[in-house]
Amino acid sequence: MTDVAFAAIDQRKVAVASQWQLVWWAFKRHRLAMIGLWVTAFFYLIAVIPGFFAINDPSQQNARAAYQPPQGLHFIDTAADGSWSFRPYFHPTTLKRDPQTLAAVHVPDTSRKIYVTMFGEGYEYSVLGVFSARTHLFVSSEARQPLFLLGADRLGRCVWSRIMQGTQISLSVGLVGVFLSLLLGIVLGGISGYYGGRIDFVIQRTIEFILALPTIPIWLAMAAALPQDWPATLNYFMITVILSLTGWAQLARVVRGRFLSLRTEEFVTAARLDGASEGRIIFRHMLPSFASHIIASITLAIPAMILAETSLSFLGLGLQPPTISWGVLLREAQNIRSIATAPWLFAPGIAVVIAVIALNFLGDGLRDAADPYNK
Amino acid sequence: MTVVDLSSRRADAAAAPPRAVLEVRDLVTHFPTRTGVVKAVDGVSFTVERGKTLCVVGESGSGKSVTARSILQIVDQPGRIVSGSMLLHRPDGSAVDLATLHPRGREIRAVRGAEIAMIFQEPMSSLSPVHTVGDQIMEVLLLHLRLSKKEARARTVELLRQVEIPHPDKAVDRYTFEFSGGMRQRVMIAMALACNPAMLIADEPTTALDVTTQAEILDLIKRLQQQHGMAVMFITHDMGVVAEIADEVLVMYHGKVMEAGPVDQIFHAPQNDYTKMLIGSVLKLEQKAEIRLKRAPLAEDAPSVIEIDNLKMHFGSPAAPIRAVDDVSLQVKAGETLGIVGESGSGKTTMGRCLLRIYQPTGGAMRYRKADGTVVDLVTADKETLKLCRREIRMIFQDPVGSLNPRMTVAQIIGEPLLVNGIAKGSELDDRVSVLMDQVGLNPDWRERYPHAFSGGQRQRIGIARAISLNPRVIVADEATSALDVSLRSQMLDLMMRLQDELKLSYVFISHDIGVIRYMCDRVSVMYQGRVVETGSTDQVCDAPQHAYTQALLSAIPRPDPRLRSMHKRHRYIA
Amino acid sequence: MLKFIAKRVLWMIPSLVVISFMAFVLIQLPPGDYVTTYIATLAASNEVVDQNTAADLRARFGLDQPMIVQYWKWITGILLRGDFGLSFEWQQPVGDLIWERMALTLVLTFATLLATWGLALPIGIFSAVRKYSIGDYIATFFSFLGLAIPSFLLALVLMYLAAVEWGQEVGGLFSEQYLNAPWSLAKVWDLIGHLWIPVIILAVSGTASLIRVMRANMLDELNKAYVTTARAKGLSEFRLLMKYPVRLALNPFISTIAWLLPNLVSGSIIVAIVLSLPTAGPLLLQSLMSQDMYLAGAFILLICTLTLIGSLISDILLALVDPRIRLE
Repeated sequence: MTDVAFAAIDQRKVAVASQWQLVWWAFKRHRLAMIGLWVTAFFYLIAVIPGFFAINDPSQQNARAAYQPPQGLHFIDTAADGSWSFRPYFHPTTLKRDPQTLAAVHVPDTSRKIYVTMFGEGYEYSVLGVFSARTHLFVSSEARQPLFLLGADRLGRCVWSRIMQGTQISLSVGLVGVFLSLLLGIVLGGISGYYGGRIDFVIQRTIEFILALPTIPIWLAMAAALPQDWPATLNYFMITVILSLTGWAQLARVVRGRFLSLRTEEFVTAARLDGASEGRIIFRHMLPSFASHIIASITLAIPAMILAETSLSFLGLGLQPPTISWGVLLREAQNIRSIATAPWLFAPGIAVVIAVIALNFLGDGLRDAADPYNK
Repeated sequence: MTVVDLSSRRADAAAAPPRAVLEVRDLVTHFPTRTGVVKAVDGVSFTVERGKTLCVVGESGSGKSVTARSILQIVDQPGRIVSGSMLLHRPDGSAVDLATLHPRGREIRAVRGAEIAMIFQEPMSSLSPVHTVGDQIMEVLLLHLRLSKKEARARTVELLRQVEIPHPDKAVDRYTFEFSGGMRQRVMIAMALACNPAMLIADEPTTALDVTTQAEILDLIKRLQQQHGMAVMFITHDMGVVAEIADEVLVMYHGKVMEAGPVDQIFHAPQNDYTKMLIGSVLKLEQKAEIRLKRAPLAEDAPSVIEIDNLKMHFGSPAAPIRAVDDVSLQVKAGETLGIVGESGSGKTTMGRCLLRIYQPTGGAMRYRKADGTVVDLVTADKETLKLCRREIRMIFQDPVGSLNPRMTVAQIIGEPLLVNGIAKGSELDDRVSVLMDQVGLNPDWRERYPHAFSGGQRQRIGIARAISLNPRVIVADEATSALDVSLRSQMLDLMMRLQDELKLSYVFISHDIGVIRYMCDRVSVMYQGRVVETGSTDQVCDAPQHAYTQALLSAIPRPDPRLRSMHKRHRYIA
Repeated sequence: MLKFIAKRVLWMIPSLVVISFMAFVLIQLPPGDYVTTYIATLAASNEVVDQNTAADLRARFGLDQPMIVQYWKWITGILLRGDFGLSFEWQQPVGDLIWERMALTLVLTFATLLATWGLALPIGIFSAVRKYSIGDYIATFFSFLGLAIPSFLLALVLMYLAAVEWGQEVGGLFSEQYLNAPWSLAKVWDLIGHLWIPVIILAVSGTASLIRVMRANMLDELNKAYVTTARAKGLSEFRLLMKYPVRLALNPFISTIAWLLPNLVSGSIIVAIVLSLPTAGPLLLQSLMSQDMYLAGAFILLICTLTLIGSLISDILLALVDPRIRLE
């Protein structure tokens, strides 16, 4: 394949192309995977500085804005004289009571326009706990008339801003959980593959056992064991630990498989005969060979973690408010009454779906490109 | 006055079946790829006649296999026949152009398996592992001859008996993985013959088999051909096989026919340069290398570098071990090449790996005389000693792809032994790598390239450079040339012999190919089922073998000369 | 073959022991016990429970004994008398509470499994055979979507659509009149009428991953040499496809039960909670929340055992259809 697939690239460049270069060329031809890469990168950018992408303080309650529907943005501003310009604005809403049902109704006031300021000043947020900033991607130009792009929830909190904030927790749970799984997986899978024999047997049976168990009841039981009064960070950490306790088995299996097949590769034997030390064989010869496969595997494991966190939090046994994650947000959409009145509460679910699809595309592309040397 | 009765002559012609079974004219098969069209078959013409064997020869990538598949229109995706005609003459005098048939249509399907049958290279993967042998053979009978299940089964048993499968009535219900490679190929042949086809296409049917099994399969095909009067189109890269069985030969290169003609003419009066080169490189491997003929004979009493005594390598449980190497004793003398020849499963590769202690031998001794004169037993040597010995005993691997780390540059691969043994680093390492590359005939400017940028022959040179980088005294070469095309083999062997003379090397040269052994080795040991059955000078073992197994082995090897057909004279060895 | 099954069944024993112990430890994990929760509930309604009463309660439920003793009592009760203990919260034997729910869980899971296979198999085969066709792209698109949508979200959306668009309540497995009625044909029919919604919801994500598995298996098999052999015999494309590659691709497909089933069971628990189905899910969640340990333990034990039995069945099935395993 290397000959044909990269024929478009200068052969002299191919001749001196390293593994990662070849993987990248193969990956680049995978259009969906490239889209996945960009979307994922964008999501993680949001996860790093959610405050910048938020509009309103995600924890700010606003009784007047309870169940405020999304306010549509208008991009073309037409002046009275018929001329127009590109200037996003929205109509403010006023709270009225339905005379019959006495229910609160948000009525847009189409006579007024409130402009949206790009890179405007808004509430103060902290960037990774290092410094604080006030600049936002966009804010309402009138502080007293906040913009609810995706509406507001029961307590009048801005759904858009809460989704942005939730990105941080939801995506990092995936990352941290996968990292813990990987640690367990590499250590146990590596031991299993390297030593073989009885240790391998025991670890293999354990892996099979764990894979045969349904995860949700076990997660539920473990999560139910967490004290409700633990601090948010500890709770967060314990949830990721719980998720990775079952997640490692899959990775350990991949690691072991690669390890076993590599151990018998001729070039590894050759390195041994060259006099290379055990450490050099593992780190210089074997590790680079499966690094790309491992990266692909963990990319495919992250979405599973995200879904798991979302499910657990949704059931009320995962992360607890006031921590904001997509699962916690979806809890608001749990009963039929609230989603019937405020369907925009589903919006965090859309964020979950997009993130998971993007990561799956990315992981699929990586897996296909991971071994550029085989046909 | 002679009156020629045209009408009666025509009637005669119709009565006797036409001689030509298949006439292929200007066949062109293309593989469109993302970067352009690969012309796998580029204007090929030939005729296959009833009762005759046409051999199509060529090296890898010559398009011989695609030609065969084009006939039945079973070319793999995305290949397709672009132009040309393939006239199939039926016994009733009618003819059909296979090239015009739809590849999924009823007409071509009626031809496949019934009029033209095909057998393939890999008897392991060419049969379904989850269907019984009988099921797969009966399928053809049910499909084309519309026999009842019972008749089909009886006929299947009969077919299995014809191809000499023991206990055919039981074998019919067995699965393919319960058979050996040779037996599976017999099953394939039985399947192909089920409907008495007019023509058999055999696509490298013996390449994956040992020579003795190959001889039996060739024999079987020949016998069945005579019985049924089939036309046979035999695709192979082995000129020995061609000389043994062909009536006509078609030489292909890069999708084109280089030369076509009767087998004797191809071997003894080739016209085309490529054919000449091909025959030349084959014949070259039929005798001792010129370099070796010119060299003064090795001293009879040359000291041994390695003495192997009663080496044993057992696998599996100690209760019922598989004796891969069973009580082998050998000597490797300084400066000589010791050939180890044997078929698959003879334990020759395991033996070679024991020498470097890739496997820990179960018993015996391997005394190695180091450069400083001290003697080390490699079987019991400790880690440090072993490491030092491995600098003097090196290995060249069979697989030029798998034995080079694809993630390292050539300079890193060749320099690895120098680097990890602390012999050279930095610019000195660079210089030494350049010298080594030069020595094995690689351009030192290619240092920074990765293995994927090199051809099979070049990769094997990289492997050789790595082996000689530590100034070794002994090199174990395990099937070092079997992955290479025949035209490259003698080049590689010549290189190895030149290096031997320059660096005063001893080789342990493991191969299944007697030609390669004769070309290069001074002495040869024949292995069979883990044991050495015979050791002697190459001339003696090749020309006057003592052991019955060696005699059987040698008699099974087809000679690349159609005037020296000897297969019918071969004899089997029964242990 | 018999040896294989016997070996595989013997393997179940240590697995079951580990599971039972694990289930017990899991429900013991939370700090405090049911009595603590009970006292807290009473305290919330301004009743004061003194230490003696608490100790009495603990003694009555056997909560004051070491864990291993409690485990022994629990597991021997189950094995010898089929006694799963007493639910603290419901003040009823656990056995009375769980069996109907477990049976419905089994029905739901099995129906979903069938639906998943029925959908994934033909679509996967089609996708592989018509690789890179429009149909393949559509199937791939939906399988990625199915992978990404959490099942509870799908359940919620469906509930929303039913409520807003069709003005119906979706949820439950029975109509009101059958809720407490004894079992009858009409009730079974009613169950089937309700079952399809959770089955579809659950099948979506399972189908998605299975389509990808089947497609990959088929693509592998389609390139094998025996397919060319079969083609060279003159078989029609369809017969060839069904007899060889599909047959061989089915083998790894059967082994997917082993991992599909745990996922299905997990999914069914969440979906059941959202749709408030009378299956194991909602009661399990509730019992975990209130630390009703014997009830929760029984559910976890039974659910895990069922999945293990499922993977056992898939292994045996695989051995039945694959002579390479059977004749080993």
